Amino acid sequence: MGISAGYLGSILVLEKMALVGDALSHVALPGLAIGILFNFDPYIGAFAFLFASAVIIWHVQRVTRISFEALVGTAFTLALAIGILIFPDLELLEEALFGNIALITPIDAVAAAVISVATILLTRAIYKKLVLAMISEDLAVSKGINVAKTNLLYLFLISLVVAIGIKITGTLLVGFLVIVPAIAAKNLSSDMSRYSLLSAVFGAIGAFSGIFLANFFSLPPGPMVVFSGIAIFAATIVVNWRMKITT
Amino acid sequence: MTAKDDYILKVSNLNVRFQNQIILDNISFNVKKGTTMAILGPNGAGKSVLFRTLLNLVPYNGNVEWSEKVKVGYVPQNVAVTDMPISVKEFLSIGNRINIENALNLVRLRDKSVLNKRLGVLSGGQLRRLLIAWALIDEPNILLLDEPTTGIDMDSEEPIYLMLNDVKKTQKMTILLITHDIHIVQEYTDYLLALNKCVTFFGKSEEIGKIETQKMIYGEPVCVEALKREG
Repeated sequence: MGISAGYLGSILVLEKMALVGDALSHVALPGLAIGILFNFDPYIGAFAFLFASAVIIWHVQRVTRISFEALVGTAFTLALAIGILIFPDLELLEEALFGNIALITPIDAVAAAVISVATILLTRAIYKKLVLAMISEDLAVSKGINVAKTNLLYLFLISLVVAIGIKITGTLLVGFLVIVPAIAAKNLSSDMSRYSLLSAVFGAIGAFSGIFLANFFSLPPGPMVVFSGIAIFAATIVVNWRMKITT
Repeated sequence: MTAKDDYILKVSNLNVRFQNQIILDNISFNVKKGTTMAILGPNGAGKSVLFRTLLNLVPYNGNVEWSEKVKVGYVPQNVAVTDMPISVKEFLSIGNRINIENALNLVRLRDKSVLNKRLGVLSGGQLRRLLIAWALIDEPNILLLDEPTTGIDMDSEEPIYLMLNDVKKTQKMTILLITHDIHIVQEYTDYLLALNKCVTFFGKSEEIGKIETQKMIYGEPVCVEALKREG
């Protein structure tokens, strides 16, 4: 999960949509609530809300040219308001906001692993197309790349990864999993293959060490994953400052 | 459609509108194989839109007729590379392309160390050469260059146009380039298409030295078709 969040997050950070990734995760809240209310897997509801919101925001942005940040900010607060109103009880809301790794079953874990591998493989197949479209959309289209379809597939995949991540860290902290490994990797990368690889590696180290520390000290895993990630990020700043890798 | 004979491109009665606003109005011109044509005009004249129309990136009315089996290389004016962790080698190989070395030689980026550099640290001149190399890898018959010397100092401009002239000769290339510089039009191009939403001048580049031509380009815009009708 950490690997896929880091890998897919590397595109989000390049798209200057880091905050979008963070805010987007909160959009899942009404989906979780609807799942609980109507007795189906709340994470399917979360994914449906995430993907639908991502597509709507992306389409409205293309048509209106209003900034992503403004649109996601609006969607995020609206979703939060709806989520708080319709969540059946406060304990469940707290679980949705902060996650609860203890509730993850072996089946959940296997499903998360399979989805993570699939999202990584699919993102790998479109990674260069996404990068070229970021450099120049006209250049990408002139080379026969269907930028709209490629972006849509990416939004689908990132929604899947965020929906899985919510179960571990909750909606408040899952944005972290997709942002921080990528910005840490960016500090140490002057080429794309290294950047995407390090994003995945830092995602894995952050998630693993955070959960390990949480178990060791009997603390909640979400905040510990954040602390591990921040430690990695701080270390990369120092390394880049000393070795001037990106200049 | 495909253009036959000496022409690589024939454009007739081309109209582009965005939200009922006229962007290109009844544009007609031809481009001969192996020539260089400058496209000149004020900001907002529709020059970049013309390129995007030729590349089929925007909807249009009218005819755009390329010669058979034409391969078009495109160099956009703006690219977002400052913050991208992508090396020159990775950029050039997007699309599994292999003819990288030859393209770099053509644009005179022969220093091999440039391959491992991040795009964001290249100088303005190096970046423009790299973008031209990117377009040349697929061995196009025609290059569309949208202000190929944007963002670089005047001393670095001339070598780029000299390089383009060599590429045109050695590769038997046709070049369309957008520029604001009359000197470049006179020195490095064969034909001139002046735009101000419509065509205000279309003819040999050497005519830009004449006062009446400059009046047509820089005076109150009068469409060429209108002049013909009046004549």
